[in-house]
Amino acid sequence: MTIEEIGKQIAAEFELFDDWMDKYNYLIELGKGLPLIDEQKKKPENLIVGCQSKVWISAEYIDGTVLYHADSDAIITKGLVSLLLRAVNGHTPDEIMHADLSFLDNTGLKEHLSPTRSNGLVAMVKQVKFYAMAFKTRESN
Amino acid sequence: MKTTFDVERIRSHFPILNQKVRDHQLVYFDNGATSQHPLAVTDAVSDYYNRYNSNVHRGVHHLSQVATQAMEDTRRRVARFINATHPHEVIFTRGTTEAINLVAFSFGQTFLKPGDEIILTALEHHSNIVPWQMACQRTGAILKVIPVNPAGEIDPGDVLKLIGPRTRLVTLAHVSNALGTINPVKEITRMAHQHNIPVLVDGAQAVPHLRVDMQEIGCDFYAFSGHKMYAPMGIGVLYGREEWLNRLEPWQGGGEMIETVTFEKTTYNQLPYKFEAGTPDVAGIIGMGAAIAYLADIGFDEAIRYEEQLLHYATQTIGSIEGVTLVGTAREKTGVLSFLIDNVHPYDAGTIIDHFGIAVRTGHHCAQPLMDHLKIPGTIRASFSFYNTMEEVDRLVEAIMKVKEMFG
Ligand SMILES: Cc1ncc(COP(=O)(O)O)c(C=O)c1O
Repeated sequence: MTIEEIGKQIAAEFELFDDWMDKYNYLIELGKGLPLIDEQKKKPENLIVGCQSKVWISAEYIDGTVLYHADSDAIITKGLVSLLLRAVNGHTPDEIMHADLSFLDNTGLKEHLSPTRSNGLVAMVKQVKFYAMAFKTRESN
Repeated sequence: MKTTFDVERIRSHFPILNQKVRDHQLVYFDNGATSQHPLAVTDAVSDYYNRYNSNVHRGVHHLSQVATQAMEDTRRRVARFINATHPHEVIFTRGTTEAINLVAFSFGQTFLKPGDEIILTALEHHSNIVPWQMACQRTGAILKVIPVNPAGEIDPGDVLKLIGPRTRLVTLAHVSNALGTINPVKEITRMAHQHNIPVLVDGAQAVPHLRVDMQEIGCDFYAFSGHKMYAPMGIGVLYGREEWLNRLEPWQGGGEMIETVTFEKTTYNQLPYKFEAGTPDVAGIIGMGAAIAYLADIGFDEAIRYEEQLLHYATQTIGSIEGVTLVGTAREKTGVLSFLIDNVHPYDAGTIIDHFGIAVRTGHHCAQPLMDHLKIPGTIRASFSFYNTMEEVDRLVEAIMKVKEMFG
């Protein structure tokens, strides 16, 4: 599936909930389920600025595709970032760089997310694309 | 709980409170960030714009005179409100931040040399840290920090320990915005004065909740913001003792602050105008005057007593929820209840609480050094006003229970 298709799938899943609390409960579940990343990957350079909660994202380049790992000290943020990773993990740097990652806007979460947290999301998307770009640059050198 | 304070009548003065947020009646517990405005204030501001908007101190024409009169009346009213000796000790600024920057700049310029020391506390708002760091960068002075204990209190004895031959100024919050602690500013001022060291007090969180009296505290500078005391955003006050203001150089140049200007030399106007360059926020000033009059009308002392009951009730009910830890348990507190819910990030909690139509603040509250000191990422902060009710506190209790359920 393409990143956009996965994004659509995620948005569709969220449409099934008509209550904000159910959406959050699902997000909390996802957050709790996200595998923890190694403490050593919680380096300052993996820390994303622009979020009220702490978010770490690291990435590996394996056989031409990117594998991201993420963690946060806040569960809702963790749930959110897990959605993002589900969409991008296993794709090529090119696909990720050019992906439309606005699907989170369509989960109905955005209206419920406070502006500061939305900014955090923007920062997360930026970081994900930044890693992809770095891998691509390394590749072509 | 029994009270003689008629909160329903008070609430009718604040139309903004009567609205639904996310299908719930709004509960506004973010008064520490900014307070709401009674009709008396918004009416005074629109009356100014609709009837006598005009530039002040410049025209002989009628409207200019009316506006100037209203502005200077407010200056006198502010002076009485904080019991300053003279109206010209009241400088209008954009807010607390600008007031502190003014002193940090002007005082630093004249009185700070390399190796000199500024004493502040570990619980300051960034607005009372960063301007001093900038002054230190310009002058080579350094900061000395008074620690806080786990309850969120500072020990005046520690101030005495830090005061030395190079100490040039002590600056501290009257009330901590993150924890609500009321600091012993009077005692600390007395100690500093024994060594001829001036004291600045950041009164942003104190003025809305306490009777502040410049003569009683004895401090040399006192800064506060209108928008936390029911007046508009964009207006604030620097109180400065006359003898100190006269020793400081102006920090901004422009119209109004001058006496005569030639290209060779400019002489400065007298107090307070020396520190008020450019056209002031006349509407904001008039709004501030109306806010002070409003506080007198409703009975400020009674309002303060009611707020004490409210904080006491919130402390009892929220503090006794299992899994809730209060952050800041000073003996003397006002206005603020900061807390954490076990194993729940403040941000997660705040997101859910917001869905119940309750406005609280989460995060470090612009006091990162304090949060680092307490080794916490931040807190959930409910900050109160006399227009809040015990029932609203109950609503917050319910929301906290829900948060515990969702994240448990
Ligand atoms: C203790 C304290 N000092 C300073 C400030 C800054 O006030 P302002 O942003 O109005 O200048 C605040 C406001 O949050 C505060 O609570």
